[in-house]
Amino acid sequence: MKIFSDMTALMTGMWITWKHIFRRPVTIQYPEQRRQPYPRYRARIVLTRDPEGGERCVACQLCSAACPVDCISMQPAEGDGGRRYAEWFRINFARCIFCGLCAEACPTLAIQMTPDYEICTRDIMNLIYEKEDLLIDGCGKSADYNFYRHAGIAVTQPRGNGAEELPPVDVRGLMP
Amino acid sequence: METYLFYILAVVTVIGTILAITEKHPVHAIVHLVTSFFSLAAIFFLLAAPLIAMFEVIIYAGAVMVLFMFVIMMLDPGRTDQAGRPGLRQWLLPAILGVIILVSIGVLAAGYVTAPHTSSAITVREFAVTLFRKYGVAIEIISMQLLFAVVGALYLGRRRAP
Amino acid sequence: MSYDPIDITLIGAKIALVFFVILTLAAYLVFAERKVLAWIQDRKGPNRVGPFGLLQPLADLIKLLTKEDFRPIGADKWLFYLAPAMAAIPAIMIFAVIPFGAPLTVFGHSVELQISDLNVGLLLFLALSSIAVYGVALGGWASNSKYALLGSIRGLAQLISYELSMGLSLVPVVMLARSFRLSDIVAAQSGCWFIVYQPLAFIIFLISIAAECKRIPFDLPEAEGELVAGFHTEYSGMRFGLFFVGEYINIIVLGGLAATFFLGGWHGPWLPPVIWFSGKVLAFAFLFIWMRGTLPRLRYDQLMHFGWKILTPLALVNILVTGWWLVLRG
Ligand code: SF4
Ligand code: SF4
Repeated sequence: MKIFSDMTALMTGMWITWKHIFRRPVTIQYPEQRRQPYPRYRARIVLTRDPEGGERCVACQLCSAACPVDCISMQPAEGDGGRRYAEWFRINFARCIFCGLCAEACPTLAIQMTPDYEICTRDIMNLIYEKEDLLIDGCGKSADYNFYRHAGIAVTQPRGNGAEELPPVDVRGLMP
Repeated sequence: METYLFYILAVVTVIGTILAITEKHPVHAIVHLVTSFFSLAAIFFLLAAPLIAMFEVIIYAGAVMVLFMFVIMMLDPGRTDQAGRPGLRQWLLPAILGVIILVSIGVLAAGYVTAPHTSSAITVREFAVTLFRKYGVAIEIISMQLLFAVVGALYLGRRRAP
Repeated sequence: MSYDPIDITLIGAKIALVFFVILTLAAYLVFAERKVLAWIQDRKGPNRVGPFGLLQPLADLIKLLTKEDFRPIGADKWLFYLAPAMAAIPAIMIFAVIPFGAPLTVFGHSVELQISDLNVGLLLFLALSSIAVYGVALGGWASNSKYALLGSIRGLAQLISYELSMGLSLVPVVMLARSFRLSDIVAAQSGCWFIVYQPLAFIIFLISIAAECKRIPFDLPEAEGELVAGFHTEYSGMRFGLFFVGEYINIIVLGGLAATFFLGGWHGPWLPPVIWFSGKVLAFAFLFIWMRGTLPRLRYDQLMHFGWKILTPLALVNILVTGWWLVLRG
């Protein structure tokens, strides 16, 4: 009879919810108990430095282009020795969705996500982070990576001395 | 105390009914009519007929008017507040009928001798005995009629073969 | 007619007490519902305001009172303001006929724990619950919003349909007790509760009252998945609060009636009658909350089909069988 199977189904449902009334709640009481997020958790964004202490960011705009909500903006500039940097660099955390695409796009590993999720404030203007707020004095993840050691241009070392780099070929010396 | 209550309720009933007739908006008219039914029910209650009072509310206010309301809400009647009032010619017949009713009420009221006041309320049992013993045949005929109406409604509302 | 001043004082005191208790209970029912739903969903529920969150209803009240009193453009002013009251007042008025305890003796006066022992109490309940339909209907219609209108059309159809089966399921109770007076119905159950004689009527009544107070699985008039909040979509602040509290008052009152009609009212061994009565009411309230935590919402056609083609015929058959049984037993 269909009515009996239907009633059993209803009773099964009621029994399951009844059992759940006596389960221990899974709630974490936030301000008192905090949850330690995993290191790869995606929250507040930082700009890291290379092992020598220079800014990693080369203001290539790739993060800005990758950002789906367009919340990164910057002004590129060039320092001595042809080393590029961002004159100003701004992330609007009121718009950021913490997708991590900027960090994936960055060729120099400058922009990185950190597990610090407690950045909410009452004034929305406080969520606009400038370069001073973003730049940290460490290397973040991939501590020993230095973009210019691998790049083919002479900024931190003469050309041909970088890692995985062969000495430049003297085109005029290729006499038969 | 009861007399004052009666007059207050009577005034509410009459005003509610007049407003229900003159109101152009159907939903407002329903609300006025329900108010009038409600005070009418209270009057019945004062007249020691609680059963009638309850049926007044359950059937008229609670069922008939709710169905009206349902139909009005389903079939949006449009801007009824812009509709014109009926002309003089249409008023003629209702006016004649109204006069006849008023005159007959007046004649009846003039020749009426106030019955000795029965202090106790009519009990449900007395009511039921009168209804089903004395007027049993009439009740059966009415219920048959309602049954015919139901069958007719079903016939009209049946799903026709495409 | 002359009135004894002590009687009048006692009636006033009873009304004040019932009013206070019901409103407090309704507020705490909201809290209990949030708590129980949270437990069912493995959460903790409100626990910040006061010890165990017990002051939460107060915080809710303050929030509702300080909200903007909003009226949408094109809304029908009077009906819009009238509707919440029409939803809440009939619900609380029904409690006037419910006996909530055995008669007491105070200062030599015998006091019935019931505000008015009307000889048509059961009919008064049906009358007032049919009036409560207007709150839903007018509230949705006057809001000038399509969600609200759809919600109130659904609500009207649902309430009319289930009122029928509710009324019919009570006929056997009246046949057994031979009275419309609620105190007689309770007295008739001093030996054996009517749920024993009338299990089917009890189930029909239970389902119908779940539909009457628009609870899941019958919450189509305010189905939040489809109609935002149904007939009270456009209400804010305390007007919404009235609708909301009215619903919980309805739960208490209908639970009280279910206890009165089928579970022997205040009858029960060992404990004082008032405790028995409130225990039964709270059990019904818990049942409704539990059902809300478990069951999914019905579809509209299923609702109508169930009401008209299953519940109402069943109730009619039940009346017939009860009649035969009473005649055969003599
Ligand atoms: S953070 Fe990375 S991707 Fe963005 S501009 Fe700087 S170097 Fe380019
Ligand atoms: S995390 Fe996503 S949204 Fe945020 S800045 Fe990076 S790319 Fe933009």
